[in-house]
Amino acid sequence: MKPFDYVRPGTVAEAIAAAAQPGAVYLAAGTNLLDLMKGGVSRPNRLVDVTHLDGLDRIERLADGSLRVGALVSNADLAHDSEFARSYPAVAEALLSGASAQLRNAATVGGNLLQRTRCTYFYDTASRCNKREAGRGCNARDGENRSHAVLGWSESCIATHPSDFCVPLVALDAVVEIEGRTGRREIALDELHRLPGNTPERDTALEPDDLIIALRLPPAARSFAAHARYLKVRERTSYAFAVVSAAAALRIENGKIAEARLALGGVAAKPWRARAAEDVLRSVAPTADAFRDAAWRALADAKPSGDNAYKIELARRILVRALTLAAAGTPARLPALPASPFASTSGAVHA
Amino acid sequence: MPELNLTSAPAHLRHGSNIGQPLTRRDGVLKVTGRATYAADNHPPGMLFAVMAVASIARGHVISLDVAAAKRHPGVVDVMTPDHKPALAIDPDIKTNPFVFRMEVLQSNEVRYANQPIAVVIAETLEAATEGAALLAPRYETLPPLVGLDAGESFVPPVVGVGNPAAHHHGDVEAGLASAEKQIDAVYETRPQYHNAMEPHAIVAHWDGDTLSIDTPSQAMVMARARVAELFGLAPEKIHIRSPFLGGGFGSKGFLTGPQILGLMAAKLVGRPVKLVLRREQMYGPVGHRAPTRQRLRIGANGEGRLTALDHHARTVSSTFDDFYEPAADASHTLYAAPAIRTTHDAVRVNTGTPLFMRAPGEATGSIALESAIDEMAWACSMDPLAFRLRNYAEVEPITGKPFSSKALRACYEQGAARFGWAKRPLPPRQMRDGAGLLVGWGMGTATFPALMFQAEARAVIRRDGSGAMEIGAHDMGQGAWTALAQIAADELGLDIDRVEFKAGSSDLPDAGIAGGSAHTATAGAAIHSAGAAVIAKLADLATNDERSPLFGAGNAGVVARDGKLFRRDDESRGESYAEILARAGISEVEARGTGAPNPAALEEFAMHAHGAVFAEVKVDPELGQVRVTRMVGAFAAGRIVNPRMVQSQLFGGMIWGLSFALHEEAITDRRTGRIMNANLGEYHIPVNADVPPLDVITVEEHDPHVNALGIKGVGEIGITGSAGAVANAVWHATGVRVRRFPIRIEELLTQR
Repeated sequence: MKPFDYVRPGTVAEAIAAAAQPGAVYLAAGTNLLDLMKGGVSRPNRLVDVTHLDGLDRIERLADGSLRVGALVSNADLAHDSEFARSYPAVAEALLSGASAQLRNAATVGGNLLQRTRCTYFYDTASRCNKREAGRGCNARDGENRSHAVLGWSESCIATHPSDFCVPLVALDAVVEIEGRTGRREIALDELHRLPGNTPERDTALEPDDLIIALRLPPAARSFAAHARYLKVRERTSYAFAVVSAAAALRIENGKIAEARLALGGVAAKPWRARAAEDVLRSVAPTADAFRDAAWRALADAKPSGDNAYKIELARRILVRALTLAAAGTPARLPALPASPFASTSGAVHA
Repeated sequence: MPELNLTSAPAHLRHGSNIGQPLTRRDGVLKVTGRATYAADNHPPGMLFAVMAVASIARGHVISLDVAAAKRHPGVVDVMTPDHKPALAIDPDIKTNPFVFRMEVLQSNEVRYANQPIAVVIAETLEAATEGAALLAPRYETLPPLVGLDAGESFVPPVVGVGNPAAHHHGDVEAGLASAEKQIDAVYETRPQYHNAMEPHAIVAHWDGDTLSIDTPSQAMVMARARVAELFGLAPEKIHIRSPFLGGGFGSKGFLTGPQILGLMAAKLVGRPVKLVLRREQMYGPVGHRAPTRQRLRIGANGEGRLTALDHHARTVSSTFDDFYEPAADASHTLYAAPAIRTTHDAVRVNTGTPLFMRAPGEATGSIALESAIDEMAWACSMDPLAFRLRNYAEVEPITGKPFSSKALRACYEQGAARFGWAKRPLPPRQMRDGAGLLVGWGMGTATFPALMFQAEARAVIRRDGSGAMEIGAHDMGQGAWTALAQIAADELGLDIDRVEFKAGSSDLPDAGIAGGSAHTATAGAAIHSAGAAVIAKLADLATNDERSPLFGAGNAGVVARDGKLFRRDDESRGESYAEILARAGISEVEARGTGAPNPAALEEFAMHAHGAVFAEVKVDPELGQVRVTRMVGAFAAGRIVNPRMVQSQLFGGMIWGLSFALHEEAITDRRTGRIMNANLGEYHIPVNADVPPLDVITVEEHDPHVNALGIKGVGEIGITGSAGAVANAVWHATGVRVRRFPIRIEELLTQR
């Protein structure tokens, strides 16, 4: 393995200073970064271990009703926080559908937002990849690409963002708090991840020494708690990334949808917020027809990037199902198989 | 290397004989407490670490390696390349016997497949060797690789599997098809699979002058020793291989592979002990795999649902430099009573490592295609799939006409179907739903695997303290040889199992043969049986020829051994302990050797196979195409069951692999580069616990007087066969969509809603 410096700063300011030099990267749990380093995909000169920074491991309710989650809270601790799971059930379900129990115990909220794509050409250093090495070309474009993007891709890059967690978060207008050289700022999670365009080497809007401090869910996010689900189709029941996933959250008033939130996972280089589809559902009754209209609207701009046309139809069907499940109501307990089509004994559409 | 110590295992409660008892693993405590020493756990003093650099192209030549950069890296001791390596005694590409496969040991700068070793970096630490390998930055001259089942001109291989003819004919297939009222003509594809044993191939090599000490997982230590001896020009007795535990083998550890030889060469080069362990992605190339197949089945049946012809053709691949052909079509030889059967194979050469034996080689790939086609034909005949199979039940082996040495398949069908509740199955597909609206389907498949025997030897000892020993270089791949073979030894020696010192897992013990072909318990067990009988006979001689013994005059045939004593068969009140016999004779121990081997006369007369019937239930989401197996029942008849607990585990493992074959497992090869794109356990999907439903295994009573002295048929591989087809057929029954490409993927089930 390539030798590297390892520094363990005590404060956020020290961390940002330590990350200022070229080739430095932040290390949280390392569930993605260490694999990338072992595979030679990432070859940093310096690891800045942020896991000992104080105050980043708290889940706090703020005065305005929003929730602030420290960047070092583990996926497992967050998902198993009963107040969190009650208020944002689709997020908890998404967390528990990702990776394995061991990985969730280690992985952090901040790290999860920054996980890299699982495009196999990105991981395979013998392949050309514009994301790994700017301007080298993309071997995925004409390669084995049945799991690649159908929305927002470019000729430079057809990779997808693999996170489950980010999908309901982006639907709920989550905000990311960032500490950087120029001080603290915040951006919408929807603005954090970038579509590839001609610069797929940049995954996010972050500057190199920016450190994610916390994630915030605004007050309105909890108003969907009664009707929120995350649904994930994958190639095995656990420990697999989504082929396609969807988060659906509804605020239903007087038998009509007052507000809908929809996002897709596994379809684009970012968690894909389907705002146009949300508009279709505004002030209509939660019917199968309305859900189908919304699903068609959500995928209106989709096009296959390879052997993956099926993902477009699959995404429509998952959206319809997620909406159907959300309309039926959030289950009182998280299912034993979170986000699985096999999780639920209610709400499935009978053909 | 510490001696294996089983004394920390809890004492076993035993009732009657050892054979047939569900003893827990005698090495279980060692394993769960981390004290079982696997090959890579050995660290002789002064040991260095070797890491392979592997080719990132599938075809071409290495034109440069930056050896200087690697050597400059702190901790790097040496870099072994085609230009800098110890000489071998013979050309490694010479096939000195049919069980020698060609390997890459830096013979040249040619690259024949992706992940082929091209150099070895040896360093003081694993990290330094790893970085050294990265710094080699190979440059290549790349040629277009041959990839896939249509890579080039096909040819008929001289043999498939182990010496099987590539084609078999029995009866007139074309006439049978022409006369059929119903015909099926369908093409099925199976994808490449990799063994992926949890323990990667590893070797710790220690040269001391011209003696060589090796720790490496092996399914055939004595064969491995012979290969090392010829490659390095050593006498076999100068080589000691220890392989007490394997973290799975599945066929990939049956032959010494290139990387293991490279470990030996590296240790010789630097004059210090060396450890070389493959990284997970390096397992996808030089250590074998299951080749892809494309199989065409043409089946005819008459109006009563009786088969008129069965024509099974399999296309497969081998490497560009060696020959192994997955004998998939041979799966049609033994199961169904068609009056005309034809099996044929052809192949193309591609730029991969040579495919090799992988758990049920040929049987697994052939079974999923055959069982799917039989299912399709049953539906074409409007018959229940079990009734169709019974209508075509083979009373004699169809391809040879030989009687079976035993065949309790009918009982397997009956017991499995009863346990599963098969009688309630609606005939047409897409008829059943659960309370949540998920489609439910039931499918079945017939399981079969030949009952094989290899050659083995064992040494048995009875000691003056009344204890015994049984020595045999047997291999425990996780299947439970430490336990099951010790049970046989205890019975043959007439001792409680805790009074038997059972030695295995080392090449200085008598040759136990190959732990493969589901034949290890039968083969090693037969040797143990014969050694035990021989040592008891010697002991009996001492007693029955001594007038001071209560057994005097009983004659060998008139004595039985039990609980550390010999008794007169006709008068069990007259007996004497082993200790008394040896004490009076004034000798410290008696020993004898015995062998196990197939019986040629029985092989000539009988077809010998284990059988089974597997029933599966799947649920399928009607819109989303996600499949989950929810129930499996397997009923297997495999002769005598030595340890029901171990056998159940083996059959569970096989059934799970079958499920994996049908729904999950696939190496994805880039069609342009020949590189495997999912060479890791995150993306090469095998089932996780959440994919494995409740499994129910029934072992059906079967007595076989012909297969071997103990009547054992073996259970290591049969569980995959039948199971894969049962799952695939259940998916059809749930959805009405017949998928003929395995593993079945979500997109294939989205075609209908």
